[in-house]
Parts: sequence; C-alpha cells; structure tokens
Amino acid sequence: MTDKPLVAVVVFPGSNDDHDAAWALGAVGAEPVLVWHQDAKLPHGTSAVVLPGGFSYGDYLRTGAIASVAPVMDAVRAFAGAGGPVLGICNGFQILCEARLLPGVLLPNRQLEFVCRDATLRVENAYAPFMRRCSLGQELVIPVKHGDGAWYADEGTFVHLAARGQIVLRYAEDVNGALGNVAGVINEAGNVMGLMPHPEHAVDPLLGSADGGLLLAALVDAAAMHRDALTPTPA
Amino acid sequence: MKAMVVVRPKDGILDPQGDAVRHSLRKLGFEVSSARIGRVVDLELATDDEEDAQAQVQRMCSELLANPLIESFEIRFEDA
Repeated sequence: MTDKPLVAVVVFPGSNDDHDAAWALGAVGAEPVLVWHQDAKLPHGTSAVVLPGGFSYGDYLRTGAIASVAPVMDAVRAFAGAGGPVLGICNGFQILCEARLLPGVLLPNRQLEFVCRDATLRVENAYAPFMRRCSLGQELVIPVKHGDGAWYADEGTFVHLAARGQIVLRYAEDVNGALGNVAGVINEAGNVMGLMPHPEHAVDPLLGSADGGLLLAALVDAAAMHRDALTPTPA
Repeated sequence: MKAMVVVRPKDGILDPQGDAVRHSLRKLGFEVSSARIGRVVDLELATDDEEDAQAQVQRMCSELLANPLIESFEIRFEDA
C-alpha cells in the first residue's frame, strides 16, 4: 500500500482537463485515479475527489447541469457529506454549483468572449483546508479559460458568504463579470471548494507559475488528514 | 400527454446572449429595448393523467430543467 492519498478525478463525457489534473495531483504527492461518471461508487480508499475542467455533455442545458445528476454524483455527495475534501475546477465548479454542493451559479461571461489567460487572484481566506498553504492577501497567478465563469448569487447570499469567509479567492480585476470578482468559494463546512481558474495548469514555474500547486498540495494535505481520520490507529 | 416547458432568465439576471441579439436587431434597424433568451423544452410523457403529469414536470424543472437561482419556468400542457 502506498502512503500517497488516493485522489479520484471524475471523468465526464467532455471533460478535457482530467489528465492534466491527474498529472498535477501526482506531481504534488497524490495517487490519482480516474473515475468514470457512470460509476456509482468511488474507488475504495478515496481520500479526496476532484471534478476537472472541460465541457461535460457539451455544456448542454446549462454548464454542469447534466453532469450534476450523473450516477457518480450521488457518491460524491455522500463523500462530501462525510467531510471528504472535494475540489471542482472550472467545469467542476459549475457542476458543484448545479449539484447545490456549492452556493451560487456560473453565468456566461459578461463580455460574451471566451477568456483564456493568466489571472491574478487574491487569497481571501487562508484557513480553509484547500487554502492552508497560502497566506491571507497573497496574490496567485493561475490561468483561466472559460466562457461561463461569471459567478453569481443573490445579494443576501453573497453578503452572508463573504461574512462567513466562504469567498476564498477573488480576481484582482474584473475578468468575466463575476459578482464581487469572485473566483472561488467553499461550502459552509469548508470541505468542498470550487474555482474557475485552473490550478492544475500552474504547477511548474517553467509554464509561468507554480501557484496552483499551493492549492493542489493543500488538497493533498486535506486528503491525507481525511484518510488518517478514517483509519483506526493500531493500539 | 405532451407538455411544454418555457425556461427564462429571471429579471435582473445578466443575459449576454440576449444583449448580443438586441444589438444585432438594432443594427438591422429594429427598435428593440430588450431581448431576453430562454429555452423551450417539449416533452412527451408516458402518463395521461394531468395531475400526475403536472407533478412530474414540476419536479423535472426543479431537479434539472431550470436553475431557480437564475431562471423561472412555466409549464403548459397540450392535449395529445
């Protein structure tokens, strides 16, 4: 048995960053395993789940809507309900919002254009499980590439989330029309996070930035903690 | 029986697609102050019981066809 925590990367039809996510997770100390969306169960020993970027089901109906009711999502919901760390990246974020595992929804970019470039993000919460390798106010450079990335929630929800520290990342500038320049949010318990930028594309300085590695490495830390909490220690 | 679901963006929700269409209509010379784009879903249901159909389609809308945060929906039934 390996010491590396097992991180399930869910593959939907139309996912296209699944292998990038698996590679990047491997680079920061996880044992990644790809899981097909029709699977009703997560592999035994799964310690974290990543919903990767892409265009699941061709973005039909609404981005993430059809994937949010795929068979694997019942298992992901149960895993999250038991405190398991779950990260949604880009389309994965859209799916988690549609599954109501995260607050809000992702609307088409205000400028109507697909945006594909490095974005500067500000860390708004450094104590959430996925943020613990960052410091409050730190700026991260992580690429975005999406057409439907404008996060939206009603004003009351937004104020509530901000007050509770559930807005974990904001763009340093307006990138897509997102309310409050929100780039990433967590659920109330803190174990489910979604973000539009792609940390898996920023794990090597050779490719411009390794800042995404901070988030993924923190996910792996959280995965190891979740696994150890479930494993009875020998007396 | 047949049902039709009309899903619309709620008032105040950003609809860039509608905005783009409004701009294009204006370029064509039409005086349009607003265009909002929703979608229509035509359904053929196995049931012929109107009450049952109403309950089913209502659930379809809340579980998948519309996102209540940003969309409203309307259900219409047609006789087969």
